[in-house]
Amino acid sequence: MNWTVITQSLPQFVAGFGITLKLSVIGILGALLVGAIISLVQYFRIPGLRQLATVYIEISRNTPLLVQLFFIFYGLPGLGVKLSATVSGVFGLIFLGGSYMAEAFTGGYNAISKSQIESGRALGLTDLQLARYVVLPQGLTASVPALAANVIFLIKETSIFTVIAIPELTNTALDLIGLYYNSNEYLFELVVAYAIILIPLSLALTWLERRVRYASFGN
Amino acid sequence: MAEELLRVEHLKKSYQSKEVLHDINFAIHKGEVVALLGSSGSGKSTLIRTLNGLEDYQGGTITFAGETVHPSKATWLALRQRIGMVFQSYDLFPNLSVLDNILLGPLKVQHRSRAEAEEDARKLLASVNLADYADRYPRQLSGGQKQRIAIVRALALHPEMMLFDEVTASLDPEMVRGVLDIMTDLAKRDMTMIVVTHEMNFAREVADRVLFLSDGEILEDRQTAEFFAHPATKRAQEFLASMEF
Repeated sequence: MNWTVITQSLPQFVAGFGITLKLSVIGILGALLVGAIISLVQYFRIPGLRQLATVYIEISRNTPLLVQLFFIFYGLPGLGVKLSATVSGVFGLIFLGGSYMAEAFTGGYNAISKSQIESGRALGLTDLQLARYVVLPQGLTASVPALAANVIFLIKETSIFTVIAIPELTNTALDLIGLYYNSNEYLFELVVAYAIILIPLSLALTWLERRVRYASFGN
Repeated sequence: MAEELLRVEHLKKSYQSKEVLHDINFAIHKGEVVALLGSSGSGKSTLIRTLNGLEDYQGGTITFAGETVHPSKATWLALRQRIGMVFQSYDLFPNLSVLDNILLGPLKVQHRSRAEAEEDARKLLASVNLADYADRYPRQLSGGQKQRIAIVRALALHPEMMLFDEVTASLDPEMVRGVLDIMTDLAKRDMTMIVVTHEMNFAREVADRVLFLSDGEILEDRQTAEFFAHPATKRAQEFLASMEF
């Protein structure tokens, strides 16, 4: 391991780190928003939209992000929609993540027992009130572990952005290897960079899971 | 005799092709306490759930307070404010404090003022000896405490009739008494009640009448003392012999 190689390439990795982080944050927030909306469409069984949501989820979950990115970046211009690599990347991540987040939310809502719903009904609550005061608050809490797993998953998926030449971490490493052949050093830096993002985040999310459970169910 | 509150006529309920309630007929007057007895699988839970719109039915009519119930979502939404129900599994909402559990119906369903509803809720809590528990969360409570609060939550809507579906069945034995005492107290204060229970002593003490169900049919509809002293049908005799009390 040559430390000079590492210190010299550090600025590029810091830049890549920033891009990975930024695109992850935007993509994850977008995916949470899309997922939340889709899960509500399914929960309330909104006719028309519900079928559309199912089609979206099946396509999103059953095609690789790589293929989704190729379609957005190389395919859409043929249909007259030309997006920059960065925008394509973020859209791709949201398209993929939206369905995973939707399933996580839905899983949370479904975890609420039938007897909870019946006792809400027995109080005269409408479907909307039942959702707002009983199912969603509990369901969101129940969905936190799955949502957290998706956050980690989506950050790792950003490494695929390299195929459309977004200069995020993986792209930076592969680029440098191509130029200077110092694979050991660059791959080492790459692993460390992802670990710096993912390990603390993973710990923080575990803490959050516990925290949310206490906050909403008392202690 | 007091005014009639509930009348069930020729009620039929099926799951797919299997009929589980056959031609159920009975009436309940204001202030009456009716125990719905029968072995498990006899249809008593299904019947009591039908009376709160939690189960649909395929034939017959339910009349409440002189009005025929047209089974629709809207009808039951309105009726559930007048017919309270408590379940075996208590099902307090774990995300809400005790007070918020109780206030949900009065505030969101009945749109009462917070000040009035809260005063009412605290009075009700005091009446079940849980005045200090308003700010606790369900998971901090014992099963018996939860069930007492579930009863309060139903009473907070000031229903005209209460349905109890095996409310002591999942309680530890030492918790059962407290819940039954509350129900006895309600009965004394002339609440109209239908009680599905396996607590025979309680049924004998508190109920005015017994409906004995077997295989989805009412085999006996009798005064309580008569039913326990001289059950008329073989099924009822066997049932009573099998119960420890």
